Amino acid sequence: MKTLIIAEHDNQSLKPETARLVSAATKLGGEIHILVAGENCANVADAAAKLESTAKVLLADGASLGHQLAEEVAALIVTLAGEYSHVLAAATTTGKNIMPRVAALLDVAQISDIIAIEAPNRFVRPVYAGNAIATVESDETQHVITVRTSAFEGVVEGNSAPVESVAVPASKDKSTFISAEIAKSERPELTAANVIISGGRGMQNGENFKLLEAIADKLGAAIGASRAAVDAGFVANDMQVGQTGKIVAPDLYIAVGISGAIQHLAGMKDSKVIVAINKDEEAPIFQVADYGLVGDLFDILPELEKAL
Amino acid sequence: MVTNADSALSLVDEEEKAHMLFGNKLTDRMGCKMKILVPVKRVVDYNVKVRVKADESGVDLTNAKMAMNPFCEIAVEEAIRLKEKGMAAEVVVVSIGTKACHEQIRTALALGADRGIHVNTELSLDSLQVAKLLNKVVEKEQPGLVILGKQSIDSDNNQTGQMLAALADMPQGTFASEVSVENDQISVTREVDGGLQTLRLNLPAVVTTDLRLNEPRYATLPNIMKAKRKPLDTIEADEFGVSLESKVKTIKVTPPAQRSAGIKVADVAELVDKLKNEAKVIS
Ligand SMILES: Cc1cc2nc3c(=O)[nH]c(=O)nc-3n(C[C@H](O)[C@H](O)[C@H](O)COP(=O)(O)OP(=O)(O)OC[C@H]3O[C@@H](n4cnc5c(N)ncnc54)[C@H](O)[C@@H]3O)c2cc1C
Ligand SMILES: Nc1ncnc2c1ncn2[C@@H]1O[C@H](COP(=O)(O)O)[C@@H](O)[C@H]1O
Repeated sequence: MKTLIIAEHDNQSLKPETARLVSAATKLGGEIHILVAGENCANVADAAAKLESTAKVLLADGASLGHQLAEEVAALIVTLAGEYSHVLAAATTTGKNIMPRVAALLDVAQISDIIAIEAPNRFVRPVYAGNAIATVESDETQHVITVRTSAFEGVVEGNSAPVESVAVPASKDKSTFISAEIAKSERPELTAANVIISGGRGMQNGENFKLLEAIADKLGAAIGASRAAVDAGFVANDMQVGQTGKIVAPDLYIAVGISGAIQHLAGMKDSKVIVAINKDEEAPIFQVADYGLVGDLFDILPELEKAL
Repeated sequence: MVTNADSALSLVDEEEKAHMLFGNKLTDRMGCKMKILVPVKRVVDYNVKVRVKADESGVDLTNAKMAMNPFCEIAVEEAIRLKEKGMAAEVVVVSIGTKACHEQIRTALALGADRGIHVNTELSLDSLQVAKLLNKVVEKEQPGLVILGKQSIDSDNNQTGQMLAALADMPQGTFASEVSVENDQISVTREVDGGLQTLRLNLPAVVTTDLRLNEPRYATLPNIMKAKRKPLDTIEADEFGVSLESKVKTIKVTPPAQRSAGIKVADVAELVDKLKNEAKVIS
């Protein structure tokens, strides 16, 4: 048994998801290798080599890999996959984009978004927006898996695994990167934050999100949103928390002006402590909140900011 | 009431006639004569809060309202818009499952798709088997573009489009929030974790839809009537020569850990006090 982990990174820095993937892989037993595929990403490989329990880092560095295009990265992974019993990536938009392509090319099923590993071929994953938890067993010879990284603690650093270069396959040339609009923020990333404050339709407009920012500044929090807030154009899509947005599990999640639709709950109900602020005392969000405060958010938020 | 073939024919719109004349020529696979294939899945309605069965064998869907997967509705809508813009000649929808899928195919036809294909099976398939069957349909239909939903809201797999793209050796544009077709290419803006990414893909290609790609229209009564006359073929899944055996077995399905509702606090001061001294999540 041997596991290949697909590192999550942006060519500059290794994302915390990778350490969590390694910790998931330790539950499988067997040797752990990390693949860093990208362009000018040697620094990332060095960072990956520091992760505990890692036996080797494979570095695939080439222009065709610079934007994580699924066609290119999947073709690379398939050339390497032969010796591995498990191939793991994070259930981020990058992992979700690439891994099913890998699975199909290897002619094996993929198991998406696992939250626990019970045996090397037995995995636990939420279905129906988290309203049911399925335990599945796979008879495949190889296991291609995406991991809900919020369900695993990351391993620590302190290792120095060898870094080995691997060949980059010829480009498929079927897709071309045109542009990216990546939100820049001083705040922690949603999926890595210890504290998140999210706004919903109740915020009324984008301008009012300033009220959340003021509190986020004091708590070192990331800012999230419901789909309704994103759809209404209050904030950008990368802030959406939920079944079809980001899945988060911070120590503290504060939901403001969010009703608590099942699709939103699916993305945050594993948070350690949930606070709900809503003027409707019947709002379903209160059924999952540890602390509920009924009232008008426009009165409460400024007061909360002062009290912190 | 339509009673004879002539007036029935008058219901066939111009694009459909164009398709009858040109649609099947291989040279028309891309560009304005192209065909768009839209796979749609029948799933439990997104408003239904499902419960697991007492014997842990699965979820209880008895009498549950079923519907087209919301992401598939968006896929159908996008295909119809491309056709309305003159970028496509025909929109074909395909659904794999029991005969009950006819309902979702008819819905898509009422929204404006031209033709339906039902791949009949009683088996519950993995995304890999679905993708293999869809690939056979792609081989036969030769679409210039396949638009799928990004995710089924029952299995939450998010796999089929990517797998189909691999099997058909096509490029993929997943989680699309904007697409535009120019000649033999499509540009796709994708919703990614950090923001947005735009790619250009050579056609034929696979696109999967995100929620903000469009807002699906409602079917009108005349279109629902008209849909009843649109062609819908059924093919048995085991006639495709694809192994339908799944290697992944569900051992059990359990309810998620329940959170017990906590307490209501009276005011901000009490909230801050609880967070500091009881939950100890802020300092
Ligand atoms: C396929 C699919 C996928 C989806 N995926 C997601 C997803 O990933 N994430 C997601 O969030 N949603 C998702 N949704 C949408 C989801 O069903 C809900 O529509 C959405 O979560 C509602 O957002 P909301 O709570 O902000 O808005 P609403 O339900 O409109 O709630 C607004 C709340 O604000 C409160 N409020 C209003 N004014 C004030 C005030 N002044 N002070 C205090 N409270 C106030 C109201 O009482 C109300 O409870 C999805 C839907 C579908 C169909
Ligand atoms: N049984 C099916 N029949 C037709 N299309 C399907 C089927 N299952 C999945 N799909 C398509 O694949 C998309 C993603 O599904 P999934 O990979 O299961 O999350 C759906 O939105 C559909 O477009």
